[in-house]
Amino acid sequence: MEVSHIHQDINITPELQARIDELLSHYPDDKKKSALLPVLHEVQDAHNNWLSVALQDKVAELLEIQPVEVYEVVTFYTMYNQKPIGKFMFEFCRTSCCAVRGAEDLMEYTCNKLGVKVGEVTADGLFQVVGVECLGACGYAPMLQLGDYYYEKLDQAKMDQLIEDCRAGKIDLHKMTITQ
Amino acid sequence: MGRKILLEHINVPGIKTYDIYRKMGGYASVEKALKSMTPDEVVEEVKTSGLRGRGGAGFPTGMKWSFIDKKSGKPRHLVCNADESEPGTFKDRFLMEYIPHLLIEGMITSSYALGCNLSYIYIRGEYMWVFRILENAIKEAYAAGWLGKNIMGTGWDLDLHVHCGAGAYICGEETALIESLEGKRGNPRIKPPFPAVSGLWANPTVVNNVESIAAVPWIVNNTGAEYAKIGIGRSTGTKLISASGHCKNPGVYEIELGLGVDEFMNSDEYLGGMMDDRPLKALVPGGSSVPILPANLIFKTAEGNDRLMSYESLSDGGFATGSMLGSGGFIVYNDTTCVVRNTWNFSRFYHHESCGQCSPCREGTGWLEKVLHRIETGHGREEDIELLWDIQRKIEGNTICPLGDAAAWPVAAAIRHFRDEFEYHVRFPEKIKNRDHFVAEPFEKVKHLVAKQEV
Repeated sequence: MEVSHIHQDINITPELQARIDELLSHYPDDKKKSALLPVLHEVQDAHNNWLSVALQDKVAELLEIQPVEVYEVVTFYTMYNQKPIGKFMFEFCRTSCCAVRGAEDLMEYTCNKLGVKVGEVTADGLFQVVGVECLGACGYAPMLQLGDYYYEKLDQAKMDQLIEDCRAGKIDLHKMTITQ
Repeated sequence: MGRKILLEHINVPGIKTYDIYRKMGGYASVEKALKSMTPDEVVEEVKTSGLRGRGGAGFPTGMKWSFIDKKSGKPRHLVCNADESEPGTFKDRFLMEYIPHLLIEGMITSSYALGCNLSYIYIRGEYMWVFRILENAIKEAYAAGWLGKNIMGTGWDLDLHVHCGAGAYICGEETALIESLEGKRGNPRIKPPFPAVSGLWANPTVVNNVESIAAVPWIVNNTGAEYAKIGIGRSTGTKLISASGHCKNPGVYEIELGLGVDEFMNSDEYLGGMMDDRPLKALVPGGSSVPILPANLIFKTAEGNDRLMSYESLSDGGFATGSMLGSGGFIVYNDTTCVVRNTWNFSRFYHHESCGQCSPCREGTGWLEKVLHRIETGHGREEDIELLWDIQRKIEGNTICPLGDAAAWPVAAAIRHFRDEFEYHVRFPEKIKNRDHFVAEPFEKVKHLVAKQEV
């Protein structure tokens, strides 16, 4: 994924700072860098789910490490987004166990329904469909990840419902609001 | 009914919470170990139990513990590997999601045995809600006095934290996991030195799978000798099997090692046979990296003995006619599965997950994916099957970590057992092109076409 030059507002709120401090307390004082992965998750969640270079620099400052130490981590791990993503990113598992239980068909169905190709964001910026590798839900296929949660044993009807719930503002990416 | 050790109380309402878990006898192993056993005695019990690493390698846990460097005087760490990402494997998630305190209890007892004062659970980033469940369970354990300073008045301190990854299969490799826990890219380290000598922050470290750690409380409560009575031969105890694919009842099951594969596959207590009653075509018994078995080698070994769910029986016949128990990711395929497509799928996974450190793996996995894709889409060449064989052979054993082997084995096994299907793809590309994701026409029905062409 290429680096984005889109501007991102950076706002380390007191709540976010408190959470970062809590995470830092889990590691020895001279090992602040260890908190990098969890801290990046929190910072990303609080910034529309992506990390601009400026935001990565900010994280480096917070952890007292070099910016490059943040860049190399952000580019290595797939869960950090280096450019803006659709508000609701459907991450379909497409690895073997899900694939044989219909993941590829459901992905195709979802793409057609939303009028996008895999990887694309809908014009309204609401939805994005991506294929990812094994999410560890093999027995509950087909499934997808949306924010911090899994939606499992899906079919076309459940997919329709999920899209509707997203549109209706019923889905909180980082806090479960409906029961599966 | 098979014996349940890990999932004994899984159906107790509220077992997720500290209060109910404690009421059901939870944390007894911590009490027993701290009050009446020395750390070395706990290690001895685990050694006696014969417990083998449940992450896939099957290395004896007690022996791994005994390697930890206690002489250097450096702080020691126990790190739980909850980076479960092997396709087909979702057992640890089940355990952590539904009975999180079992893992916490295991971590405390095991940390005591190893003399650790700071331990971590490394969980994959995608399991974010499970991360929160564990965070909450750890808070409950601190509040109840099982973690923190001077636990049970013994003078022993332990801090336990959960740390999340961010989407990298490679971090399930123990040295990559340690790198990641240090806030770096997940590049595996060259061994030696082994983590037991120089692991997290260059301190002696033991990395164990969730399921291994979760077995420790029972072993401490009931003795290692009792645990060793369960199972068969050197495969002692119980194992969680996560079943997926075309079976009737996919899910997580606890089995006594030594259960017949036939019984596991076909009895109603477990998988209940095949989905839609279609014929069984192939099985991957231990996660995507272990060799795939064709139907005729699943229930019986090549010598005609019953195939059992144990480390030894599943690997009977070596890679020629056997496979491995691995992580217990039991993937069932019916006759609509295209083995070429499935192998391509696995190769895409390994290509995506290669950390890029070693050339044979970085380049080789990409080649495997590309060549398999070309065969699968009807653009294969006659020499491609040999090419695949050649590539996988050059990856295996030539990389720092086992990801290279894991990428090579499924390709080798698929060619070994399903070569005719590869040949069919190459010789009848027009039948392959424009095909659905699944084989509407199972390969069995067109097999004769390949046979006819043979001179």
